[in-house]
Amino acid sequence: MRFLLGVTFLLAAASAGAQLAIEITGAGAQRIPLAVLPFAGEGGLGGQGITAVARADLERSGLFRILEMPPLSPLPTEATPINYAEWRSRLADAVVFGSVASRPDGRFEVRFRLFDVVKQVPLGGIAYTLTREQARATAHRVADFIYEKLTGEKGVFSTRIAYVVKRGTRFELQIADADGVGAETALASFEPILSPAWSPDGRRLAYVSMEAKKPVVYVHSLLDGKRYVAANFRGSNSAPAWSPDGSKLAVTLSREGGSQIFLMNADGSSLRRITSSSAIDTEPRFSPDGRWLYFTSDRGGSPQVYRMPASGGEPQRITFDGSYNVTPRLSPDGKTLAYITRNGSKFQVAMLDLANRQGQVLTESDRDESPSFSPNGRMILHATVLNGRGVLSAVSADGRVKQRLSATAGDVREPAWGPFIE
Amino acid sequence: MRIITLIVAAASFGLLLSACTTTPESQAPAKVEERAAKPPSAVDTKPIASVDLTKGANPLKDPNNILSKRSIFYDYDKFDVRAEYRGLVEAHAKYLRDNPGMRMLIQGNADERGSREYNIGLGQRRSDGVKKMMTLLGVRDNQIESVSLGEEKPMDDGHSEAAWAKNRRSDILYSGEY
Repeated sequence: MRFLLGVTFLLAAASAGAQLAIEITGAGAQRIPLAVLPFAGEGGLGGQGITAVARADLERSGLFRILEMPPLSPLPTEATPINYAEWRSRLADAVVFGSVASRPDGRFEVRFRLFDVVKQVPLGGIAYTLTREQARATAHRVADFIYEKLTGEKGVFSTRIAYVVKRGTRFELQIADADGVGAETALASFEPILSPAWSPDGRRLAYVSMEAKKPVVYVHSLLDGKRYVAANFRGSNSAPAWSPDGSKLAVTLSREGGSQIFLMNADGSSLRRITSSSAIDTEPRFSPDGRWLYFTSDRGGSPQVYRMPASGGEPQRITFDGSYNVTPRLSPDGKTLAYITRNGSKFQVAMLDLANRQGQVLTESDRDESPSFSPNGRMILHATVLNGRGVLSAVSADGRVKQRLSATAGDVREPAWGPFIE
Repeated sequence: MRIITLIVAAASFGLLLSACTTTPESQAPAKVEERAAKPPSAVDTKPIASVDLTKGANPLKDPNNILSKRSIFYDYDKFDVRAEYRGLVEAHAKYLRDNPGMRMLIQGNADERGSREYNIGLGQRRSDGVKKMMTLLGVRDNQIESVSLGEEKPMDDGHSEAAWAKNRRSDILYSGEY
């Protein structure tokens, strides 16, 4: 709340029930003033066009302030020469001109250019050919380009998120665009679904389903809906994690008593136990370089984060402050650990710099779960509870930018942010 | 369970019927006289296996029988079976010993606080504990599967201490119930 700027945007979802609504509850201290002129002719695309979606993406990142412009006539296009002094006087640090044209084959062409008004240099542009149905996806690509040129890091507007919605007795594993729009249900069940984990290529999800009255790990192909049982041993099967190359899964099994971590090929073959304790060892996660396996263990008396060589070996304890530190998640560059820590009776998202061991609590909520890094490492999506309902929240790694995604009905939980898709 | 019993009864009745109708067909017509000379077939004289739904015949469902009690509750962050549940565990262990064909699923559960996956671990510790007690009481290992549902299947949806106390539990299910 400290970072609340007094502006709260509610981007209501366009179509029916399954959508998530995003609310921005905090933004960066220094936001780049950016003018995104309406793309000339975008009305022909119908729907929200391109600029409304791209502006909302950029605004939501918390790193930009989208300038309100008086209507310009005629609208500049990517071909219009830019007058830097004019845009400087309008207090823009950067400006985007673009256009949408329909092609004889029924498709459309989107062209745009980005200019750095401060340095007075063009930053490039792109032309996309698209169908009407690809307008939103194209708008996300436009926003990704602008974001990357102005911040130096890749944008995540074209990525997708997975999460579980519980409504009454029904559980749905859903996939949506990173802005919560376009939700599709991959699996619906009357028994709990949890722990979705994206394969590194973004085509499959591993998850735990209790449809067999016990936890069983499945791998689900998103393109054709085909799924297979990856781990259904005697006892409980849970907490799937992909190796960075997608060839292996780490899982928690109770087949030999207790909860211990095993490695296997993604098809379920070549099972091998890699922890051996009388404690609970669970929530395995590979480091992005594949060398380490981070996990939660209560071998020291309270649940803490440990790591061990991914091929097996002696575990070292990673978290020390507090009596409950769980759910380790590595940043994409492997330098930072996000996890859940208990402060008194509150469960909050915390970050640990693995080089200097400096820790920081990022949230002020009290029932946070399941942190998940955006693929560019900028944001951490997590589950929390607001007014008795499960919602998703995202917080930037510096704690400043905050967003909230909630469903119109039901509890949203178990978020997993998908990888970059080229 | 009553429905299941009825289905089983109906199914066996159907089996009986089909047996009756197929038997004459499988016999050669020349033997008809010989068969007629015999006393009425042995089937008719055998005592009939009776299914009585009016008596609490199934001890697992009889509310007066301890075997109908299926939940063991735990203190916060505790996994040992409290003394008050010893009798319950012993009764179920005896039932499994007496009925070696019976299988049991023990589902451990945790309250909602904390990580869902770690809570699966906590529930597993509870169900493993019950299973271990029963095997020490002479039940064969392969009769019992202990699993965990973590915090996913609360008995009480509330968020109070009282609700959490109901959700830290092990539930016992028998073959046909899961």
